[in-house]
Amino acid sequence: MMGLDRDRLTELVQVVVRNPLRAFLSALGVGWGLFMIIITVGAAQGLENGVKADMGSDVSNSMFAWTMSTSLPYKGYQRGRYVEMDIDDVHWLQANTQHLDLVCPEIQLGGYRGTNNVLRGKQSGAFDVHGAIAEYPEVKPMNITEGRFLNEGDLDQERKVCVIGSRVKEILFELGEEALGETIQIQGVIFRVVGVYTPKGNGEDAQNEAESIYIPFSTFAKSFNTRGRVGWLSMLIKDGVDAEEAEEATKQLMKSRLSIHPDDPRAIGSWSMAEEFQKAELLFSGMRLISLLFGSLALLAGVIGITNIMLISIKERTKELGIRRSLGATPTRILQQIIGETLFLTLLAGLVGMVLGVGLLEVVDGYLEGGGDAGVFRHPEIDFGTVLTVLCILLGMAIFAGVLPAIRALAIKPVEALRSEG
Amino acid sequence: MLALRGIEKSYPLAGGTLPVLKGIDLNIDQGEMVAIMGSSGSGKSTLLNVLGLLDGFDEGSYTLGDVDMSGLSEKQGARYRSRFLGFVFQSFNLIAFKTALENVALPLFYQKVARRERQQRAMEMLGKMGMDDRADYLPSELSGGQKQRVAIARALITSPRVILADEPTGALDSTTSHEVMQVLREVNASGITVIIVTHEADIAAQCDRTIRLHDGVIIEDGRSGEVVEPTARGAST
Repeated sequence: MMGLDRDRLTELVQVVVRNPLRAFLSALGVGWGLFMIIITVGAAQGLENGVKADMGSDVSNSMFAWTMSTSLPYKGYQRGRYVEMDIDDVHWLQANTQHLDLVCPEIQLGGYRGTNNVLRGKQSGAFDVHGAIAEYPEVKPMNITEGRFLNEGDLDQERKVCVIGSRVKEILFELGEEALGETIQIQGVIFRVVGVYTPKGNGEDAQNEAESIYIPFSTFAKSFNTRGRVGWLSMLIKDGVDAEEAEEATKQLMKSRLSIHPDDPRAIGSWSMAEEFQKAELLFSGMRLISLLFGSLALLAGVIGITNIMLISIKERTKELGIRRSLGATPTRILQQIIGETLFLTLLAGLVGMVLGVGLLEVVDGYLEGGGDAGVFRHPEIDFGTVLTVLCILLGMAIFAGVLPAIRALAIKPVEALRSEG
Repeated sequence: MLALRGIEKSYPLAGGTLPVLKGIDLNIDQGEMVAIMGSSGSGKSTLLNVLGLLDGFDEGSYTLGDVDMSGLSEKQGARYRSRFLGFVFQSFNLIAFKTALENVALPLFYQKVARRERQQRAMEMLGKMGMDDRADYLPSELSGGQKQRVAIARALITSPRVILADEPTGALDSTTSHEVMQVLREVNASGITVIIVTHEADIAAQCDRTIRLHDGVIIEDGRSGEVVEPTARGAST
């Protein structure tokens, strides 16, 4: 309907530059609206990125569960029984679950967050010592900077090997000293270092992670006489499965396996990163929506401004439109012209606002990348999908802005237009 | 070429209608140069607007070439205007922010003629009007006579069969008026029908035929100033 060739573009530019101050002022509202949308959506994204980075190294579909004392009697057991689970329970759970991709047993020397003196020659430090399996990094991703993580061979052969955090290496080894192949002593048991890692993520959890040591779960049981007892489970929920549903179903499975009353609210503790992520996702989706909504309202105000200006312009150009009609312009061409002018002005203003908004986000991002401190705010950005959405909104509003002036222009009879002044 | 039969036209007024054309019968042949005269309110401009398809009519029939112009849609009206008719106005009606060349080329834009051809033809037409050295001037930079030459060039650019001129010399001094009439006579000499609405007798005298309107009816229709029997039905009542 409305191809934009050089002639039509020239016509549009002529109309806009004929009254540059008016064009600028009317475009300002739209430009400002677009600028605000980009900035608010980008800022919301920056906040989301920051929060997610601080949520640490857990993957978004991870879930954790542990056993505690029962609060209800069941199957001849009294209430207050401390429930323990072992590696056989883990294998059973893995075989019977329909909601989980992976179940990793984990145990920590001295209990959860218990620290232990670890020695290497004259160096020593208090670190978290975990028994884990080879798949553990799938639940808790880490950057292996030297060597490797634990493997199946380590587990099967109960090797006395360990993978140490970067902070452990800093404390136990001299600067520049090779850690791989060296040994450390954990509660009198000697382990050979096969890998060094740095944690993913930021914050306190990441710092704790850097001060941790991982040894094979089987070796842990044998070395520290835990007889296959499991401290807690680190699990991955299957894709597409609701986190809350998976958590509840897993707890029920564990209860049935461990002879816990199905309604016991206390015996199994759990925490789901997926749920936290879902809550955060919901919050940030809401923020994005609100940003878009308010930005669109600002945009709408700008577009109404353009409609108003175009209506005034049509009134002033009545005679010109009459001349064009007398020269053979069909109503369709007049319609195209008016909507084209409105589209041109609106899209031009919108694009300028968008470029300025994206430019400002880039500047802020550059500042943060350069070490600038903005608290939890990180890497503000706007994704292509949102840009496309905003452009569609802008296009729709621009057409809306042009329709009323175009209808007004078409209502003018050529003979009346030619009689008018101006 | 151009035939009106019983054309009636009235405008709505509060509490009734105002009849402006009362049964006009008129034939104009290809190549004629016709003046339409009459006092203010006689209906001459309305007649020109009807002839130019800028305004409709209530009763009667209008044939242009071999085509019946009754009941045309706005789009059809625009097409026939573009194909058959050229307009010259008293106040020139040039678009202020377009150069002389762009103004002349504008009707071709609406005929979807390619840009290069448009510019070439517009420049040739300006050359015929002796205005090619003013092609890049805006209307505000031209004299009255020059503006009217540009307007005539614009009217001629689509090779119309009829030029409709509404008081083409009304805003010009006598010397310039004479020059503009000279141009219109040359246009007519090339075979194009020229219809001029004027209230100036000396302008009408330069046409082959004069039609005089009074109160919406034709009261005179003669050649070279001679008075002939009235042709409008209303004139005899």
